[in-house]
Amino acid sequence: MDLFKYFRSKRKSVDVAKERLSILIARDRIQMGQPSFLPMLQKELLEVIQKYVDIDSKDFSLALDTENDCEVLEINVVLPEKATDKM
Amino acid sequence: MAKIIVITSGKGGVGKTTTSASFATGLALKGYKTVVIDFDVGLRNLDLLMGCERRVVYDFVNVINKEANLNQALIRDKRSDKLHILPASQTRDKDALTVEGVEEVLNELKLSFDYIVCDSPAGIEHGAFMAMYFADEAIVVSNPEISSVRDSDRILGLLSSKTKRAVEGLEPVKEHLLLTRYSPERVEKGEMLSVDDVKDILSLSLLGVIPDSQDVLTASNQGIPVIMNNDSDAALAYNDSVDRFLGDDVPIRFTNTRKRSFLGKLFGRK
Repeated sequence: MDLFKYFRSKRKSVDVAKERLSILIARDRIQMGQPSFLPMLQKELLEVIQKYVDIDSKDFSLALDTENDCEVLEINVVLPEKATDKM
Repeated sequence: MAKIIVITSGKGGVGKTTTSASFATGLALKGYKTVVIDFDVGLRNLDLLMGCERRVVYDFVNVINKEANLNQALIRDKRSDKLHILPASQTRDKDALTVEGVEEVLNELKLSFDYIVCDSPAGIEHGAFMAMYFADEAIVVSNPEISSVRDSDRILGLLSSKTKRAVEGLEPVKEHLLLTRYSPERVEKGEMLSVDDVKDILSLSLLGVIPDSQDVLTASNQGIPVIMNNDSDAALAYNDSVDRFLGDDVPIRFTNTRKRSFLGKLFGRK
């Protein structure tokens, strides 16, 4: 795997910067237009779901979109393959 | 009709005041009556870069509070009679700047100047808001570096939502990108974001690229805006930016590495 490592180490720092920056700015822009309660809502909803199902925070996402005149709250939960009953 | 330009960035230390001093001087040298206002109450520096710190008697806050009139507070630049400086207060609290107070001063300045350049403080606090609120155009100063670019994006968001033009639904503030401290050598080596990288990420029209130059520090040491130094690449780049701002189609310079001659390479000359 040394060859693979060789190519990876050649990656220029500016490419890392570009990638980090575009992700960061996309996220900033989404957050700018959102109501301030959203992070709290996300945290609490995750806690409620975690009470019943064993999921990781990365398996849970919450987004507020605008479709036409309608605001849509989208919640995505990826359940584990075998959902263990926590109760 | 006078135009209000805000020089802003979000992040500190990217060259807002350097740009304000040079840009205002550049506009004055082109013959436009220009006033440059320092909005950084408590941390006044524009007067230092303009070399008029010893002539400050009254300041912006004195005028807002009616402790002095505009003519008493305005300092005429010693290099150009078209250029005036309105210094910030060094001692007052930044909340001394009120929307009504700032508006009144700007309206009075509009009567006798072509361009009003507002040097914004860093951050997104009250002072920065006051500097951008009445702007017609904005020059967003950014370094080719991730935290600066991110903060610039944040400022762009505020320009399009929190300014008078945005709040009142008027034509939006015209936004320009000025990239400073640019090093073509480092860009070529893949160590620095390029002009196109930053332009693409911010999707902003490019007003100019100022090369990283030692002349900028020398100029601030002497209290002479760098644009006055005709031998400096930074000065030429600022001049080009002023021309572009005024509508001239000037190509971007100083973004490529200089090819070193064979002898230059041999003797290590730059």
